[in-house]
Amino acid sequence: MTTSDQTTQDPYAATSRETTEGTVYTVTGGDWDEMVDQTAGDERIVINMGPQHPSTHGVLRLVLELQGEVVTDARLVIGYLHTGIEKNCEYRTWTQGVTFVTRADYLAPLFNETAYCLSTERLLGVEVPERAATIRVLLMEINRIGSHLVALATGGMELGALTGMTNGFREREEVLHLLEFLTGLRMNHAFVRPGGVVQDLPEGYEERIRSFVEVMRGRLPGFHKLLTGNRIWRQRLEGVGYLPLDGCLALGVTGPILRSAGLAWDLRQVEPYLGYEHYEFEVPTDTAADSFARYLLRVEEMSQSLRIIEQALERLEPGPVMVEDAKIAWPARLSIGADGMGNSLEHVRRIMGQSMESLIHHFKLVTEGFKVPAGQACVPIESPRGELSAHLVSDGGTRPLRVHLRDPSFVNLQAAPAMSEGGMVSDVIAALASLDPVMGGCDR
Amino acid sequence: MSGDAGDAAKRSSSRDENTEKPETPGTGAGGASGPTGASNPGSAGTAFGPQEIARRDVSGSAAGRAREGMFGIQGSGDTSGFGGLRLPGYAPAPAERPYGGWFDEVADEAAAALADDGGADFDTCVHQVTVDRGEMTWYVDREHLVRLARTLRDDPALRFEFCSGVSGVDYGEGVPQQLHVVTHLLSMTYRRRLRLEIALELDDARCPSLVDIYPTADWHERETWDMFGVVFEGHPSLTRILMPDDWNGHPQLKSYPLGGIPVEYHDAEIPPPDQRRAYT
Repeated sequence: MTTSDQTTQDPYAATSRETTEGTVYTVTGGDWDEMVDQTAGDERIVINMGPQHPSTHGVLRLVLELQGEVVTDARLVIGYLHTGIEKNCEYRTWTQGVTFVTRADYLAPLFNETAYCLSTERLLGVEVPERAATIRVLLMEINRIGSHLVALATGGMELGALTGMTNGFREREEVLHLLEFLTGLRMNHAFVRPGGVVQDLPEGYEERIRSFVEVMRGRLPGFHKLLTGNRIWRQRLEGVGYLPLDGCLALGVTGPILRSAGLAWDLRQVEPYLGYEHYEFEVPTDTAADSFARYLLRVEEMSQSLRIIEQALERLEPGPVMVEDAKIAWPARLSIGADGMGNSLEHVRRIMGQSMESLIHHFKLVTEGFKVPAGQACVPIESPRGELSAHLVSDGGTRPLRVHLRDPSFVNLQAAPAMSEGGMVSDVIAALASLDPVMGGCDR
Repeated sequence: MSGDAGDAAKRSSSRDENTEKPETPGTGAGGASGPTGASNPGSAGTAFGPQEIARRDVSGSAAGRAREGMFGIQGSGDTSGFGGLRLPGYAPAPAERPYGGWFDEVADEAAAALADDGGADFDTCVHQVTVDRGEMTWYVDREHLVRLARTLRDDPALRFEFCSGVSGVDYGEGVPQQLHVVTHLLSMTYRRRLRLEIALELDDARCPSLVDIYPTADWHERETWDMFGVVFEGHPSLTRILMPDDWNGHPQLKSYPLGGIPVEYHDAEIPPPDQRRAYT
């Protein structure tokens, strides 16, 4: 490595080395001007951003070709968070698959679980009980708020609006506390299972959820006060990351990005599942098709989610939360004990002391799993980022033959070059933030 | 979306009129739905048409291995009697008219549109139509995929303007044409979903690319190449996307090991997931 002579004076100065492709500079921040000075006359620069960069939303790598400060060519490199979730699912039972898919898009775990379970249930030909469907809706909408809050928080952070970040994460903490109370875990819940949900909501859930709704009602307008009217925020976002409707359709983009281009395409309304047709809510749209419109839509969607949560609470009738079919329903009766969650003592007493058949059944269903009739199914749902579906193939066995998650982050990221080429390099960050990609879901 | 649509059609298994097609294993846990449910003896009179098609289809749409015995145990003295079980491989049953709901309309429109431009007709492009669990799948001949997709996208009565995804399925060794490329299409205009499936031999895993028609297929096809080794001809830059550029092999193939390591708990050793006992 040949180091430029400034280095001896300034430890943070840009370093450079010669390669067969030309000079490669390592720029760490404040030395950008220096690097530009050194490259005077050679205006076309290829810069590598990421995969570990605070502004790339996780381990995403961008290769940008710059002409001055204008991006002429953007290429995205993904795969840094590829964890083989789909392959792993092929070696686990259908129920165990839930714990894997929930880790894909880690900001929307309950959506992954529900998408997977809906497809499994279509393969099985079962319909979940009313209460289980409503609990799923309830949890998903709480989760949607949490996910959108992270989108705002990290988006704010990437543009330097650090108060947006602290406020967003503070509000999200409310979501996580609530989800921990309801499901036992803050993230990666594995609460939704094929056939229903793993257990009923704990006592006192209604008061907790209602007070959560009240708190969020009070705090969501804060984003408008903090950001919507903020001149810097508007200047950074308005007209940035433009992607019109035809571009969205060609690139397969869904979710808030598609709705910001004017199409009111929300699967909760156009292809209702889990009884969404009974809920009253609006699908906000915009026609600006820019990052600012997407920001506004996310804030508005959170308010709509609060409406759905309240209606779901009204719709919750006492009843079973798992299908009656003993061949599918998890035999365990879980309860929160003094030492965390486990099987209820009555259940253990029964299977260990009284009923040999129950013990055998419990053992077989937990270790072997249930069989799913051969065939394939794919049920799309509306995740915070767009269309999410699990394409499941069964060969009639106790394990899936193939699990494929159509994750919206993966598809939407393809639109990043279309949004940022021809714009300034600083706008790449704003455009990416408006896509709200989650690399766990993108790479799976 | 279409709960009532394929109810009648999906039960019209052609089992009794086509003795050569392997029967579907009745392994349903839920038992209620799926093509294994009931057969329709009413249409046995048709002499050759459907029978011919169905016989050709078995290789193109076979979707499961034949099984022997139970619990995956071989070579031990069978005292249970389960070792004598013989389950033929599963193949989705071809649907018969009427498919139900909008399925007929789409098939008719596609057939008319394909006939209009003078190329191969619908039955040549699509060698099997399956309606199962309210979802329609077309088993497509790869030579005609691009033309068919273009017709599906552009025809005003079809308007499948949105490609939701492309992925692969490896049905495992012993299944004829074990590698499938599955494309999910969506018509936002009519709110319909359609699945196109192409069956490929493992040693001839080539398939035309849909990037020209649906630009979104770019990354999906790269992923399918990366994971399954399917070569999409006409793709602008078919490179690995999830695995490193210099990776060997295609991890989602069934022949590719999971690569787990055994875990020890106190005195017991837990084998890696792919070496544990499978019950299927």
